Amino acid sequence: MQLTGAEIVVRCLQEEGVEYVYGYPGGSVLNIYDELHKQEKVKHVLVRHEQGAVHAADGYSRSSQKTGVALVTSGPGVTNAVTGIATAYMDSIPLVVLSGQVPTHYIGQDAFQECDAVGITRPCVKHNFLVKDVKDLAATIKKAFYLAATGRPGPVLVDIPKDVTQAKTAFSYPRTVALRSYNPVTKGHSGQIKKAVQLLLEAKRPMVYAGGGVVLNNAAPQLTRLVRSLGYPCTTTLMGLGGFPGTDPQYTGMPGMHGTYETNMAMQHCDVLIAVGARFDDRVIGNPSHFFRADRKIIHIDIDPSSISKRVKVDVPIVGYVADVLDEMQKLIDGSPQRPDAAALKAWWAEIKEWQGKECLRYDRGSALIKPQFVVEKLYEITGGDAFITSDVGQHQMWAAQYYKFDQPRRWINSGGLGTMGFGLPAAMGVQMVNPGATVACVTGEASIQMCIQELSTCKQYHLPIKLVNLNNRYLGMVRQWQEFFYGNRYAESYVDALPDFVKLAEAYGHVGMKIEKPGDVEGALREAFKLKERLVFMDFITDQTENVFPMVPGGKGLTEMILAEEL
Amino acid sequence: MRIAPPRGAARRSGERGNWRHILSILVENEAGALSRISGLFSARGYNIESLTVAPTEDPTMSRMTIVTIGSEDVIEQITKQLNKLVEVVKVVDLTEGNHIERELMLVKVRAAGKDRDEMKRLADIFRGRILDVTDKSYTIELTGTGSKLDAFLQAIEPGVILETVRTGASGIGRGERILRV
Ligand SMILES: Cc1ncc(C[n+]2csc(CCOP(=O)(O)OP(=O)(O)O)c2C)c(N)n1
Repeated sequence: MQLTGAEIVVRCLQEEGVEYVYGYPGGSVLNIYDELHKQEKVKHVLVRHEQGAVHAADGYSRSSQKTGVALVTSGPGVTNAVTGIATAYMDSIPLVVLSGQVPTHYIGQDAFQECDAVGITRPCVKHNFLVKDVKDLAATIKKAFYLAATGRPGPVLVDIPKDVTQAKTAFSYPRTVALRSYNPVTKGHSGQIKKAVQLLLEAKRPMVYAGGGVVLNNAAPQLTRLVRSLGYPCTTTLMGLGGFPGTDPQYTGMPGMHGTYETNMAMQHCDVLIAVGARFDDRVIGNPSHFFRADRKIIHIDIDPSSISKRVKVDVPIVGYVADVLDEMQKLIDGSPQRPDAAALKAWWAEIKEWQGKECLRYDRGSALIKPQFVVEKLYEITGGDAFITSDVGQHQMWAAQYYKFDQPRRWINSGGLGTMGFGLPAAMGVQMVNPGATVACVTGEASIQMCIQELSTCKQYHLPIKLVNLNNRYLGMVRQWQEFFYGNRYAESYVDALPDFVKLAEAYGHVGMKIEKPGDVEGALREAFKLKERLVFMDFITDQTENVFPMVPGGKGLTEMILAEEL
Repeated sequence: MRIAPPRGAARRSGERGNWRHILSILVENEAGALSRISGLFSARGYNIESLTVAPTEDPTMSRMTIVTIGSEDVIEQITKQLNKLVEVVKVVDLTEGNHIERELMLVKVRAAGKDRDEMKRLADIFRGRILDVTDKSYTIELTGTGSKLDAFLQAIEPGVILETVRTGASGIGRGERILRV
């Protein structure tokens, strides 16, 4: 039977088991929308801005490990989606983005709503396709899903001209994909794995540094088992939070620019560092030449060979899926008569305990103003540490990462690589949809939330009972902090003036709004809000305007050159 | 895309530890592959001295030769990043082993009066062929390594060069060194 391109698109999505497509219609995708309308298997979610569509698909994916799907129209639909695509790209999130395109014979003529989607997204996708012939459509969509989810995951865009959605051909969905030019190495080299285990077992001052790769590859159980069996200290990056339990005594907190004192000291002073699905990002290691130490050995496990020795030279590179590599390592460790050097480990932990004595995450608990850290701590308590927490970008993001302890992977959903303000709310929509009944909170700031605030309307339409925790400091707080530290308190354009009344705003969208101004009211408000299981609640916490995120490693400085909170 | 410093200078090591490398790349013969590769170089700040591309005996595949300059670390990253591109089938750094390098140049020079014979002699010395003649000019074809072509241009007076066009280097491994799928 002959199917139209539009029918084929929908059939492909059904074949892939896609539950939700986040999208926004327009001229070039109307045929596809018409087909979506005629069936019920694939549900379409109408967002209010294409950026929201991609972030929602992204949140869906991050919290469920499934591939997220977005559908946008040509021209402005695609350009609006670019921020979302770049966000997913930087954090290696598997997405398939379908975009409409002007008819093939119009391409290159500056047609209405024409935009070179493949060109404009090229640097921020894992791969992209322009489908010029309906006969290639099904195979291309299959490839897109395959590429997005395998190897180092990432977003893949498929650009489909309108005439291709009208043209007809026989449909068959390929079962498998073979690409001679795409064969990611997935199994770690056994010789290298042996070397790594040897190094690890001989270490006197070991440190485990786990990143987003652990979460993406579902390797948290393997990592947890390995770290516990060795008794070594472990840190997880902003992207890796939950990859190792945040409440475990071996957990030392996050590393990097706003990492804990003890973690940064341990990263710098260890003799064997094992990086697992992490990439020595500038926000994690600070200045690489300061980070370098000739007497420290580094093991690096990653699925992407280009992540290895990109910023830091490593001694034992292992390319492969981290879960499998960790399994292999565990087998060798369990089978080896050698045990970690207990005396050395004891001395190392004593040193770490001393660093922990600095209590670098201390803050003023007696303040008459609401301290943002306190709100996050209470949020942790009241949700029993069991919520999905999405976030935006700024100080609030760092406080959420520092004070909410994540014991499970895929619970902390944030834009780590691109740092996209506006991510939190739409991402929470995707999270809530794929985890119906779960507690989903978005920790945000009064500036970030306004970047995708229109999605409150989507939340109403689809009954998404997200809890918004707005840490409202009336400032672009993170910008203000840099200006305070590095620009002589000149707060250029970082005051957020003319703020809306968020309670009324929430109500205008059909939700519940709350304004909380006193520390004593924080807990009660949170309890009340989380009791409203069916409703979205916007909690506007009026917080201490001058609070800063500590510790802080200034940009370009060494990891141990931290600014700590003023003596309290 | 940053175009390299003058050829003569770049050919030897440039900045500390920076060497000229010839990368041979097999890529799917698909629309967009070229821009993906050139985009990679510009986005990541890598240098391209020359780039040539044409289909191979297998029409589904093209072979590209990129001449680039960089430190060992940079070349390692370039190779890894190229391999990461979905359409790239294989990458080899020809300069890692024995190889042959050739470039074609067409150069149109002023050739009148007594200089005419001199130009012909010079072309002969460099094994150039004169492809086109007018009473005032020659168009000479030269092949060789980039440095040989440079040497020819240096040997003639700059004022007589009317036009040059070069293909950029192509390269192939010597002997049993073969690049194929
Ligand atoms: C789209 C976008 N634009 C600009 C920035 C730069 N930026 C980083 S944090 C920040 C301030 C965020 O303010 P707010 O959301 O109120 O959070 P706070 O830092 O006050 O907690 C800005 C402007 C960004 N990350 N993303």
